[in-house]
Amino acid sequence: MVPTSYYLILSAIIFTIGAVGVLGRRNALIIIMCVEMMLNSVNLTLIAFAMQWNNLNGQVFVFMVMAVAAAEVAVGLAILIAHFHLSKTTNIDDINLMKW
Amino acid sequence: MDFAMIFFILVGALSVATAVGVVTSKVAVHSALFLLVHFATLAILYVTLNAQFLAATQIIVYAGGIVILILFVIMLIGSAPLETRAGYRSWVPYAGLALGVLMLAGMAMTILQMPLTPLDPNANQGGAPIIMGIELYSQNILLVQLAAVLLLVALIGALLLARRPKNEESPISNL
Repeated sequence: MVPTSYYLILSAIIFTIGAVGVLGRRNALIIIMCVEMMLNSVNLTLIAFAMQWNNLNGQVFVFMVMAVAAAEVAVGLAILIAHFHLSKTTNIDDINLMKW
Repeated sequence: MDFAMIFFILVGALSVATAVGVVTSKVAVHSALFLLVHFATLAILYVTLNAQFLAATQIIVYAGGIVILILFVIMLIGSAPLETRAGYRSWVPYAGLALGVLMLAGMAMTILQMPLTPLDPNANQGGAPIIMGIELYSQNILLVQLAAVLLLVALIGALLLARRPKNEESPISNL
């Protein structure tokens, strides 16, 4: 049997990799992918705890996170395409329309 | 070390490797393909945690939906490598890496201090589609409805955001 803490540490590593990607990369598409990765690592944590405490609420919550992630990626990519029509770039440094 | 442990280490290593691939690869399409493998490995880990329904959902929603959507957008707007373009604040990735190491250290400390009782191998029978279905559609029916409304609103919002401006001619009419 694999201890739950191993799953938690794996999830922490994946979350950190995703966070480093969000902070370090400049391509908005890759940033969206890294956000998805972070959401998934949290899902892994929730499922590990659902197993640990023998409680299905964690898995129900993961289901909701998946729904929100699907909505988030659809709207995020739509914003990206709308901005690409405007300025022909996906570089996050050039996407500063609402910066003052 | 038993079989479950070796399996976990193999799949976990593949998962971390593909996650690193997503972050480090220069071409956006490669990132998306690494992401696909990453989601598949996570689905395998969900099965080892007795969450069979969520493993199937993971494959359908993430690998079948989100990665395909991302690939479509990459092909729509092109994926020229951006970072190679001259000296765009080159210290930012290193600052991100340092912050990441800090965060990982904090999370690892918290996890190792947490009192986790060893789990009973035959305690949790949950996560099979039947059990999850009963759980979702009896106690959590409001959540399912809310998710439906959320997805509908996101669909309409995405349509509105991504459509062409009215004054711009459609490329199809020029053919």
